[in-house]
Amino acid sequence: MPSLPHLFEVLISSYDQFLHATWLTLKLTVISIMIAMVIGLFFALLKISRIKGLEAIANFYIFIVRGTPLIVQIFIFYFGLTELNISDFWAATLGLAFHNGAYIAEIFRGAIQSIDKGQMEAGRSLGMSRTLTMRRIILPQAFRRALPPLGNQFIIGLKDSSLAAFIGVYEIFNLATTQGSDSFDSMTWLIICAIYYLILVFLLTMLVSYMEKRLAVSD
Amino acid sequence: MSTREMIRIEKLNKSFGDLHVLKDIDMTVKESDVVVLIGASGSGKSTLLRCINFLEIKDNGKIMIQGEEIDPATHNLNDVRQNVGMVFQHFNLFPHKTVLENVIEAPVQVKKVTRNEAEEQAKVLLEKVGLEDKADEYPSRLSGGQKQRVAIARSLAMEPDIMLFDEPTSALDPELVGEVLATMKELANEGMTMVVVTHEMGFAREVADWVVYMHDGYIVETGKPIELFDHPKEERTKEFLSTIL
Repeated sequence: MPSLPHLFEVLISSYDQFLHATWLTLKLTVISIMIAMVIGLFFALLKISRIKGLEAIANFYIFIVRGTPLIVQIFIFYFGLTELNISDFWAATLGLAFHNGAYIAEIFRGAIQSIDKGQMEAGRSLGMSRTLTMRRIILPQAFRRALPPLGNQFIIGLKDSSLAAFIGVYEIFNLATTQGSDSFDSMTWLIICAIYYLILVFLLTMLVSYMEKRLAVSD
Repeated sequence: MSTREMIRIEKLNKSFGDLHVLKDIDMTVKESDVVVLIGASGSGKSTLLRCINFLEIKDNGKIMIQGEEIDPATHNLNDVRQNVGMVFQHFNLFPHKTVLENVIEAPVQVKKVTRNEAEEQAKVLLEKVGLEDKADEYPSRLSGGQKQRVAIARSLAMEPDIMLFDEPTSALDPELVGEVLATMKELANEGMTMVVVTHEMGFAREVADWVVYMHDGYIVETGKPIELFDHPKEERTKEFLSTIL
């Protein structure tokens, strides 16, 4: 274990490098989760469409994502996409979005199905179409209900973004391992890396609970 | 009294799987009529009501609304439902919207009424049901009786010609039943055409023009409240009334 004074010294001197890497980690996470939410909503709607073919497509997608390791998915995106001149950053972002999309699809599906059937009936009885009722009545309630598991998935996504290191994205974990081995001081750098992740996850948790409170005004 | 037919049902059948819930139902509701459906649970009265605004789709038979035969295959049910309001046992208010937002939702989204106009109209309706001071509350802050009155206002906001009530007081604490029935009675007095499924025999006796007794998917007997309650013709009706009165 590194001594505490040494740890602090490196923590302070590496501040600039970590700030850059943290920015990259955040970009990777936020963009991939945003895309994953769109993908997730799309596949959740396919799953509840009650149209066999569409359900099967959604199930197949979820089957693939659940059945293969994330690192394999990221590598496939990397080798598949760099041929098309897409950067390693975007390969990682799209890989993570593809992965998280499946889990978010299940979160959205569960949330939508947990909304009382009477809500759809009330909307329909007022002359609203199924689509309009879904958009105006069901989805806003479902989104609120999905927020806690969605926050959880966001945190998982943040930590999983460290796997982007393996295709060369210079985010927090990559910085720590590279600098650690260059300076023969891996332990110090890894602990600092863990501290950065802890802070990020802590801030994210706060943000999610703030949003939950904001959306809970009608309770 | 007008003789215009608002609802006409002929030989209506509906099954859920093997369960034959509605059997050759014939019924006519004229303008301004208040028809109360009574019967034991499972007798098909709620299903009949739900068939009228196509929340359940009939297996066969005819449903005519204001003289026009409605078929899900050829008619836009959304248009039909705009004219046939429904009030549910469990209110089904939109919990993420305030009382006012609940009431203006369909007029603004479906009828494309401007928000201002819809709000003005909503306030009048809320006043009518005695809840103008609750406009900005969320449904979770209301009592059951208040929720149901908001649900009535929400339905009226679409200016329907027919109102359906599916056990509107069954989920209420006894002391809250009266306020909802009073609102319904007022509506009946204004000439609204209403079909009501209820266990409130007092309401049926006082407000109904016709009482329809259903048993096991059949309409057993139809009559004026006095006839049906005091001089039921059918043995089944007598049995039912003796169990509840």
